[in-house]
Amino acid sequence: MSQEVIDERIGKEYAAGFVTDIESDTLPPGLDEDVIRFISAKKGEPEWLLEWRLEAYRGWLEMATPEWAHVHYPPIDYNAISYYSSPKSFEDKPKSLDEVDPELLEVYEKLGIPLHEQEMLAGVAVDAVFDSVSVATTFRSKLAEAGVIFCSISEAVHEYPELVKKYLGSVVPRRDNFYAALNSAVFTDGSFVYIPKGVRCPMELSTYFRINEANTGQFERTLIVADEGSHVSYLEGCTAPMRDENQLHAAVVELVALDDAEIKYSTVQNWYPGDTEGRGGIYNFVTKRGVAHTNAKISWTQVETGSAVTWKYPSCVLRGDNSVGEFYSVALTNNLQQADTGTKMIHLGRNTRSTIISKGISAGRSSNAYRGLVRMSPRAEGARNYTQCDSLLIGDACAAHTFPYIESRNPSAVVEHEATTSKVSDDQLYLCQQRGLDAEKAVSMIVNGFCKEVFRELPMEFAVEAGKLLEVSLEGSVG
Amino acid sequence: MLTIDNLHARVEGKDILKGLSLSVAAGEVHAIMGPNGSGKSTLGHILAGRPGYEVTAGSVTFAGEDLLAMDTEERARAGVFLAFQYPVEIPGVSNMEFLKASVDAVREHRGEEPLDAVTFMKKAREACKVASLDQAFLKRGVNEGFSGGEKKRNELLQMLLLEPRLGILDETDSGLDIDALQVVAEGVNSLRGADRSFILVTHYQRLLNYIQPDKVHVLAGGRIVRSGDASLALHLEDKGYAWLEDEVA
Ligand SMILES: Nc1ncnc2c1ncn2[C@@H]1O[C@H](COP(=O)(O)OP(=O)(O)O)[C@@H](O)[C@H]1O
Ligand SMILES: [Mg+2]
Repeated sequence: MSQEVIDERIGKEYAAGFVTDIESDTLPPGLDEDVIRFISAKKGEPEWLLEWRLEAYRGWLEMATPEWAHVHYPPIDYNAISYYSSPKSFEDKPKSLDEVDPELLEVYEKLGIPLHEQEMLAGVAVDAVFDSVSVATTFRSKLAEAGVIFCSISEAVHEYPELVKKYLGSVVPRRDNFYAALNSAVFTDGSFVYIPKGVRCPMELSTYFRINEANTGQFERTLIVADEGSHVSYLEGCTAPMRDENQLHAAVVELVALDDAEIKYSTVQNWYPGDTEGRGGIYNFVTKRGVAHTNAKISWTQVETGSAVTWKYPSCVLRGDNSVGEFYSVALTNNLQQADTGTKMIHLGRNTRSTIISKGISAGRSSNAYRGLVRMSPRAEGARNYTQCDSLLIGDACAAHTFPYIESRNPSAVVEHEATTSKVSDDQLYLCQQRGLDAEKAVSMIVNGFCKEVFRELPMEFAVEAGKLLEVSLEGSVG
Repeated sequence: MLTIDNLHARVEGKDILKGLSLSVAAGEVHAIMGPNGSGKSTLGHILAGRPGYEVTAGSVTFAGEDLLAMDTEERARAGVFLAFQYPVEIPGVSNMEFLKASVDAVREHRGEEPLDAVTFMKKAREACKVASLDQAFLKRGVNEGFSGGEKKRNELLQMLLLEPRLGILDETDSGLDIDALQVVAEGVNSLRGADRSFILVTHYQRLLNYIQPDKVHVLAGGRIVRSGDASLALHLEDKGYAWLEDEVA
């Protein structure tokens, strides 16, 4: 494919790029302690949480933006962002779906998650976060029977304060990094999950995030605690309307897998990536981390196709002996998107094992970097890691980078690393076309094939969606 | 079916075909032989519409239409099939998925519904038998880790399922043992019919023991320099191409 042809054909449409006209209650831009007090008061938070936020804020003021990632963007003016936006009709939070603003429900329908339908179809419980406020959590009652708690984090603060107090910030400390500190100061909503001892969560849990308002940031906070011997699979999906300005998304996700527990966390991230010239799009600066105790397992699967800039390293701290960490990732960049993503596997316990499968796809003029750290602590006797890191290039104008860091301080630990870089070759495209397929179908098929090892880790319905998403995201990437 | 008239073609700035003319009637099988580098594969790629292969003069009519005006995939859908001399691999894309998409693309062009999975699988299994490939190959990535002979039989498998109107086999017999050669021959013979034509590019007369050609041509220096019946192949086997040198020059 010549660059000319690629440029000519670049013209992808962002299907989720509609703006919804809902009256909302938005705080004017700017950040200071009063804003934090406002957010906390708005949510009727206890004093300890306000103090917790303020402490994070004070830490944040002393911190600098991380500069080490392979991404470039103009400095963000944190005082130009509004830190709270709530649809007006949520002043009094709805008690059931019937009370939810029909226009809002329509938004979710456009996104392909009709809540009503989902409630009937059974299978997936959805917590939908619209701008800053959690809209509705479906399947509440069915989950309650199993003793599973699935609600917004604001509700959890009120209803399960001990759990929140115990675990909030236990995995990602308030001053962990610049964006995590910011999130800790201003987080507005997000999901909370608790699976009791020995319970296998009866359905997939799911959250959809959407940024609707202009100039708002989204700072959601997710906390999942799987008590001993429990099991949960959690799905997260994200979209945002098309806007010319960049919007900030700085989330924190904390996972706690106690002894013998298992958490599977899957993400399909389709934030608005900006237009073909790189105008607009989401800055996605996210901290995701899980702690696995003895014999526990944490598995991250992510399909990242959106955002203008992605900075994201879902990580596992393998604290307990025999604990297992997994990271399966597909990151696709097109046009002028930039992604710096990967994982950290911190092996603390004995016989801990981790697997990293990363598939990076670069098209257009985009840049795609894998950054991974595998650390074997002195105590990690017999620990093992396997890393496979593959890059696929489409066209001649994109870039792929791999930054694998290995720190092994235990001689019995084994770290294996494999990396490949390949191109969607003209010969492959020609073969497909000679068999009657058009170039776009051919590329999406080749890319899907490339991602197979990751897609098979996704829950069935998500795998289908992910495949389609890749196809849409690649539109216009070939001539 | 196919009429090539005074075709001139260029690859990477180099003139390869220099006035090639050839007519293949419906139902006929033509063999093309000739020295290495004479332009046999180039001819196949020009007919298939390989990007970067440039026609500088001449015309090609296929089933009454201007073949050169059609895109690569349109030609395939219209029934032009090229069995590649060097099949490429597509890792992770299963043969089955690839074939289903191809067959459906061709069917869609003909205004037919996509095949349902069960019918497709039945056809695919039958084709595997004819191509003497274990069904396990349907699940493997396209040509991924296949041996040379398996890749060639996989080309045959694809042709059997796509049922083209014009099958061009570019040295599909090269590197095959005698059993595999017979498999390929039987595959082609099973497809032969009044409305289907073949161009067999080969170096070996022995293939023509199993597939009776209607005509044999010698391609040298970018042109057809000699045409005849099956006996021409025997003669070439005996004498090589040297005796044709005058024509080549
Ligand atoms: N992609 C290419 N770039 C440059 N030269 C090529 C290319 N493909 C083929 N050729 C040249 O064209 C001539 C004919 O090649 P080919 O058609 O493959 O011959 P044959 O199949 O008869 O052996 C050879 O000299 C070959 O080197
Ligand atoms: Mg050749």
